[in-house]
Amino acid sequence: MRKVAIVGTGHTPFTFATEKTSIELFSEAAMDAINEAGLKSKDMQALYLGNCLGDFSEGQAMMQSYAANDIGAFHIPATRFEGACASSSLAVRDAFIWVASGFYDVVLVGGVERAASMGTSLATRTFAMFTDSHYEYPAGLTFPAMFAMLAHLYSHKYGVPLERLKEQMAQVSVQSHAYGMSNPKAQFHKEITKEDVLNGFMVTSPLQLLDCCPFSDGAAALVLVSEEKAKELTDKPVFITGIGQASSGRLSAQKDDLPRLRAREESAKQAYDLAGIKPSDVDLCELHDCFSIASLIAAESLGFFEFGKAGEAWEKGETKIGGKIPINVSGGLKAKGHPIGATGASQVSEIYHQLRGEAGERQVEGAKIGLTDTLGGDGVICTLIMEKGW
Amino acid sequence: MDYKLTFKDYSKALTKGTLLGLKCKTCGNITTPPKMTCQECGGTDLEVVEVKKKGKIVTFTNVSVAPEGRQNEVPYIIVLVRLDEGPWIMGNLIDIDPASANMDLIGRDVSVGFKIFPGDKFSPGDQARPVFSFS
Ligand SMILES: [Zn+2]
Repeated sequence: MRKVAIVGTGHTPFTFATEKTSIELFSEAAMDAINEAGLKSKDMQALYLGNCLGDFSEGQAMMQSYAANDIGAFHIPATRFEGACASSSLAVRDAFIWVASGFYDVVLVGGVERAASMGTSLATRTFAMFTDSHYEYPAGLTFPAMFAMLAHLYSHKYGVPLERLKEQMAQVSVQSHAYGMSNPKAQFHKEITKEDVLNGFMVTSPLQLLDCCPFSDGAAALVLVSEEKAKELTDKPVFITGIGQASSGRLSAQKDDLPRLRAREESAKQAYDLAGIKPSDVDLCELHDCFSIASLIAAESLGFFEFGKAGEAWEKGETKIGGKIPINVSGGLKAKGHPIGATGASQVSEIYHQLRGEAGERQVEGAKIGLTDTLGGDGVICTLIMEKGW
Repeated sequence: MDYKLTFKDYSKALTKGTLLGLKCKTCGNITTPPKMTCQECGGTDLEVVEVKKKGKIVTFTNVSVAPEGRQNEVPYIIVLVRLDEGPWIMGNLIDIDPASANMDLIGRDVSVGFKIFPGDKFSPGDQARPVFSFS
């Protein structure tokens, strides 16, 4: 297996409803990534594009083909990845495998979504398609409702009284908004307080408005190349050294594993094993905080904290820059935004810039190893590990 | 390999007051809602059985923001229930004011009934769904 490097990134601002089309958004991110890599569109040998809901948001399926053509990468093989909110992480993982195998030397990968443009009602309906449509959606299951049930289960199973857990969850959102202030691409540039979270509109108990990430529009793209090709392009390559991916059954089928998601533990183990590292070796992490409670659940299964204890870690500042493991210093899905098909590529982009020392005010000094965790629906999970390559 | 208990047959039985499941002849566990294989061991030697309609609430939420087309249903409570025979199923808790839902619901005994979800433009027609009431 060959080593695979990231040599360019592109990232549109993540925003509320935009008037740009998905193809326009993705093309902007893609050209920025290609330019940053010092390459041309014609150098791209394949495009792997994460997108979930183009069919619903603008009546556009198969956009990968038009996107390749749009940027002048004429007639290259272009493939769409759909893994709900993890779509572009799956695309990155596959791009890695194809370059590592020697089949391609240069692959363009990324994702795009216009979830904000759909409006709350249609977005809530289509996000609910990432649950079991026959056995669970008829009960009115929504995506926040799934994590709301996990929050109550977490409180019960780990003996953290709900009121206490709610405060810990609020701290997750407060931290993300504080870091979002220093990310120019973030959807929100607004500090919030614990009281703001706890006084918010109840979306689905116990999740209030500021426990939930927003609906967002945006795109992100990366150029992945072989180690040999990377040597021609940069003296600061970032290598992908660990990959993992796993799947799950419907929520009710996950039974006693809940509120843990077994798929996350399977995926993380694959990635740690391939990279040959432990959780304590990771210098920063971008994880899937679609809801505040989701951050606690993720951080525990990734091996950063004991089960039932992640909330305390957030409260003690262990997840801040300078703490045990800085988490979501980009602002996370909560403050940076969550254009679902683009989220994984955006997370990887954050790690790339952090490892290169280019993250400005939110730089984690001396970071050498970063990890991304992306969750789709109730159980598609992808874990990626990146390492500084010089 | 034929699918032993399809959604259509499971759904039809539920509307007649019967909760069906699959008993695994390899490990003895019961799987419901149905699948091609046993949820515990992946075994394929399964027999359709009637499952007792009793269980306990494992977790819940009171939903205030509904998907498109279902705004008239809010507020409503969704629960996950562990059936006495092992499997977990999801449905709505009825016979209670949704606003009163709190942590005390966890562990409460419930019995299984049904209601029809008439579907929407994205789903194919009527779908039976479990509902739960206190027993
Ligand atoms: Zn079995």
